[in-house]
Amino acid sequence: MSKALLYDSTMCIGCKQCEQACATQNKLPYDDAIAAEERQSDHKYTVVMTRGDKFMRRLCMHCEHPTCASVCPVGAFHKTTEGPVVYDVWKCIGCRYCMQACPFSQPKYEWGSLNPRVRKCIMCPDRVVAGKQTACAEICPTGATKFGERDDLINEAQERIRQNPSTYLPRIYGLHEIGGTCVLILAGVKVEEFGYPASEKIGDTPTPEYTGRVMERIPDFVPLWSLVLGGIYWISHRRQEVAEAESLERTRGRKNTQGGAQ
Amino acid sequence: MKIKLTFWRVVFIVVMALGLYSTYVRYLHGLGAVSNMSDQFPWGFWIGFDCLCGVMLAAGGFCMVGAVYLFNVRSLHSVVRPAVLTAFLGYLLFIVGLLFDLGRPWFIWHQLIYMNPHSVMFEVGVCVMTYTTVLFVEFLPNVFERFHLKAPIKWIQKIYPVLIVAGILLSTLHQSSLGSLYLIMPSKLHPFWYTPALPFFFFGSAVAVGLAMTIFESTQSSKALGRQLELPVLVRLGGALLVALWINALLRFEDYFHRGMLREILKPSYEAYFLWLELAFSFVIPITLLSFKKVRLSPNGLYLASVISLFGFITNRLNVSLIGFERYAGRHYMPKWTEFSVTLMIVAAGFALFRLAVEYLPIFPREEYIEEPVAEVRALPRAAAPALEHAGD
Repeated sequence: MSKALLYDSTMCIGCKQCEQACATQNKLPYDDAIAAEERQSDHKYTVVMTRGDKFMRRLCMHCEHPTCASVCPVGAFHKTTEGPVVYDVWKCIGCRYCMQACPFSQPKYEWGSLNPRVRKCIMCPDRVVAGKQTACAEICPTGATKFGERDDLINEAQERIRQNPSTYLPRIYGLHEIGGTCVLILAGVKVEEFGYPASEKIGDTPTPEYTGRVMERIPDFVPLWSLVLGGIYWISHRRQEVAEAESLERTRGRKNTQGGAQ
Repeated sequence: MKIKLTFWRVVFIVVMALGLYSTYVRYLHGLGAVSNMSDQFPWGFWIGFDCLCGVMLAAGGFCMVGAVYLFNVRSLHSVVRPAVLTAFLGYLLFIVGLLFDLGRPWFIWHQLIYMNPHSVMFEVGVCVMTYTTVLFVEFLPNVFERFHLKAPIKWIQKIYPVLIVAGILLSTLHQSSLGSLYLIMPSKLHPFWYTPALPFFFFGSAVAVGLAMTIFESTQSSKALGRQLELPVLVRLGGALLVALWINALLRFEDYFHRGMLREILKPSYEAYFLWLELAFSFVIPITLLSFKKVRLSPNGLYLASVISLFGFITNRLNVSLIGFERYAGRHYMPKWTEFSVTLMIVAAGFALFRLAVEYLPIFPREEYIEEPVAEVRALPRAAAPALEHAGD
């Protein structure tokens, strides 16, 4: 059973207290200037965006089958049993494949640092393990960000859509997207307008499957291809040996016939 | 010995000086200061050129080793050593490039202890490490021969079949895997370049590039060293290149046809211009040129066709790694001059090391030297420099 966050953008009032709580939790600076930034970065793991009277939050989606964990050559990302996708900085070599590959472009980088780290929301794993809510869910004054069991939150989201079909678009973003995510979004407008990738574009296939199809063939490919290559080597060199032996025999035979004629 | 200040030596010194300045910026002010990479563009020119193109341009090593030792094509024997040298230097420089690009290069050895078998990058890393070692052993006989050490050459000859098979196996794996790196990004890479066939295309083009690169580097070193050109060898390589280009072109066509993209790739758009450039240089022009027997039999014609196709495949790698992501990122990425200058420094170092190696090691068969000392050291051979300067455009 994994934990998840349900963000209901229709309940959000854009107070940005989640941003501030996130900054405090992760020991990041936070002031009016940072509050005004509408973009995630190495010092802003979550952002509340404003378009007129509509609000939308962005944060790491904590995928059920995380792309970052699949691509990382040193396994610096992993999905915990409780749900959060966490980052082990001491393993990281800084290849930034996670950033390049993440369909939601969530990992951000400390470009100014000499020993840079990848930065993203890690869903307050210490709090979650201790049975507490995430900092953003705890502080949210309207309940727009709600923490709980993923299955319970899905049921609740479906219930909300059923009860207020005019308020919501009839979909839960993150339910099936790339195999499901642990951040679920309810909205009255298309989340794509706020920079989320379109559902039809990212699809329901967990991204690790795209590479898995190729990678799983390698254990068979290695012995097979070695055999083929070794075989080619053997045949081409054997042919040469045979050709050399034959020509030797021919010259010897010629000498013999010459000898016989004398 | 008096060292003369020739034009190419001056160019070499300038390139090195600028490169060292960029190195200083990279390690004392960080990736943000030295490059135009950003959260929207986490992989820039160093991945696109130094890594993807670098490994591709070093494919001559496994192609020639495969032709001569695996298929026993004896007539190509004279190009194996320079090809292996190019490959060995190519991989060494690729690793140097990686040390610039990695955010925490001092932890590169983590690859050996924290292994993630699901990661394509991990597979590439392991293959490149092992293959560089194989290339090193394949290169060693040059050194032993230079110092007249017969015994270690015999040991290496004993394991040669294993080395050859391992080298080709590893090359097959990581050349294709560089394409597999992008398989996980179907929603980010432009559909002109994203295809499930990426690993096959990366491998196929590496073979074509291996042949083109061997023609390029043989011609180049024969000019620099005043060696006689072995025309029959070049003609043979040119024929193989023509076949390889045709196979690559047909597979690419088949892919676009299969995915119903033929109409789209003909419509003018930002990405289409780059695709046309790529297809024209990698396929249309060199295939047309090589179809003429006159071109196929002339050293200059072969050289021209090879260089054009190299330019085309470099464009391909940059399209896959940079141009193909601009639409998703919603912005253009233009490398900073310091990014170019680091790459140029690495390339110039490669040319210089190649020149030194052929000077002091028996890379080319001895009897083929023309007995006159070559006064000029060309760090960046004339024809190579413009081609490399345009590579980033």
